[in-house]
Amino acid sequence: MVVGVLALQGSFNEHIAVLRRLGVKGVEIKKPEQLDNVSSLIIPGGESTTMAKLAEFHKLFPALREFVKMGKPVWGTCAGLIFLADKAVGQKQGGQELVGGLDCTVHRNFFGSQIQSFEADVSVPELASKEGGPETFRGVFIRAPAILEVGPEVEVLADYPVPSNKVLYSSSTVEIQEVCIFSLIIMVNLLAII
Amino acid sequence: MADSGVVTVYGNGAIYETTKKSPFSVKVGLAQMLRGGVIMDVVTPEQARIAEEAGACAVMALERVPADIRSQGGVARMSDPQLIKQIKNSVTIPVMAKARIGHFVEAQILEAIGVDYVDESEVLTLADEENHINKHNFRVPFVCGCRNLGEALRRIREGAAMIRTKGEAGTGNVVEAVRHVRSVMGDIRVLRNMDDDEVFTFAKKIAAPYDLVMQTKQLGRLPVVQFAAGGVATPADAALMMQLGCDGVFVGSGVFKSGDPVRRARAIVQAVTNYTDPDVLAEVSCGLGEAMVGINLNDEKVERYANRSE
Repeated sequence: MVVGVLALQGSFNEHIAVLRRLGVKGVEIKKPEQLDNVSSLIIPGGESTTMAKLAEFHKLFPALREFVKMGKPVWGTCAGLIFLADKAVGQKQGGQELVGGLDCTVHRNFFGSQIQSFEADVSVPELASKEGGPETFRGVFIRAPAILEVGPEVEVLADYPVPSNKVLYSSSTVEIQEVCIFSLIIMVNLLAII
Repeated sequence: MADSGVVTVYGNGAIYETTKKSPFSVKVGLAQMLRGGVIMDVVTPEQARIAEEAGACAVMALERVPADIRSQGGVARMSDPQLIKQIKNSVTIPVMAKARIGHFVEAQILEAIGVDYVDESEVLTLADEENHINKHNFRVPFVCGCRNLGEALRRIREGAAMIRTKGEAGTGNVVEAVRHVRSVMGDIRVLRNMDDDEVFTFAKKIAAPYDLVMQTKQLGRLPVVQFAAGGVATPADAALMMQLGCDGVFVGSGVFKSGDPVRRARAIVQAVTNYTDPDVLAEVSCGLGEAMVGINLNDEKVERYANRSE
């Protein structure tokens, strides 16, 4: 099984290294035609603005949208989640292009600057009961996005509640008491466990 | 693993934390997200927007680019926080800023205004000729310059979560950056082939902490993300640094001191993404206009910023 990893910018090497540890071959994807050779895709973390610009320079968006539309499994981590979201807020002036396919609204860089970045244990009871393993997963939230809303088709595997007083960044999000942010864990209806 | 106070960076690391609030892994994590990207020096919000549109993965907010610091002289200090805030408000990508070596109060100010990364930089005038900032005391992560493996590991021990080569900033001459990357990579290659018994003496020789030397040996690379900096002026320079093994590139004066900053910025970003593809490199290198005027480093009157700190 060969898994494509979008290798424009960000932590694609780390994703390929994890795949290797699992005994799966990961290949770098930089050009549209390379998508023909893989059956599933990981869009890694990085700066989503930068990755979107590079995807635009490389004319990758039509091929990525086609890939998602065909129902092939796609995994988005952090910036990858932003790519896959149908709607994103908190973008740069003029916005950025998205691939879409996951029915949710994502807030880019929800927590503010780097000093607001944190680690937390996120409880993953469903994964633990289905797949085994520990009850919690160590989540790393580095300039992380948050998911503000999900559509009815999306199954949420884990969430991490954010106290409203902690959110200083955007007034429009202050009312939201519980936000499921999980960029690292899987956004289910797109996702396949390798 | 988080309870033991040991964090994993690349492999099972042994970098101990002293502050609970912002673990080292979170500091290193941002640098990992910047990998494969270009960080550009900017002096105005407009330039920051150009950098963002070109695909820079972060910007370094400054009052003067290194080339101007060189030509104007005088004491170079931290930039006006007002300017840094304006630049921060104009873009969504991470914003870095420089503090003088050893000037921990400048770093405190930068942390207070919420910059994403602090560069403890030899390009600014030294504030302390003996000591660097104790970077463990901060929640904001730091990037520091190095000329060789020993210097890189000393900075990591002081708490730096990202390393860059020093190169020679503001010269448009990549020769020193190449020397520094070759030195770090060469030492790591020597270290990897070394018997474990010899590592103690090697650590003493390069004046670096033994545990970090051993960790570097096991990983076969620095335990944090390593960027190139100091003299990168063209897409080819940037791709050269990537092929030599860097994780990304800082471009200081190279973009906004050139004839066509918009095109050059974009070309350098594309060169870093496609650094192994000469066809793409050829295509993006075409018609970029004038590069920044370079300085020949054989001239002894040119001050070496890289030698300002150990």
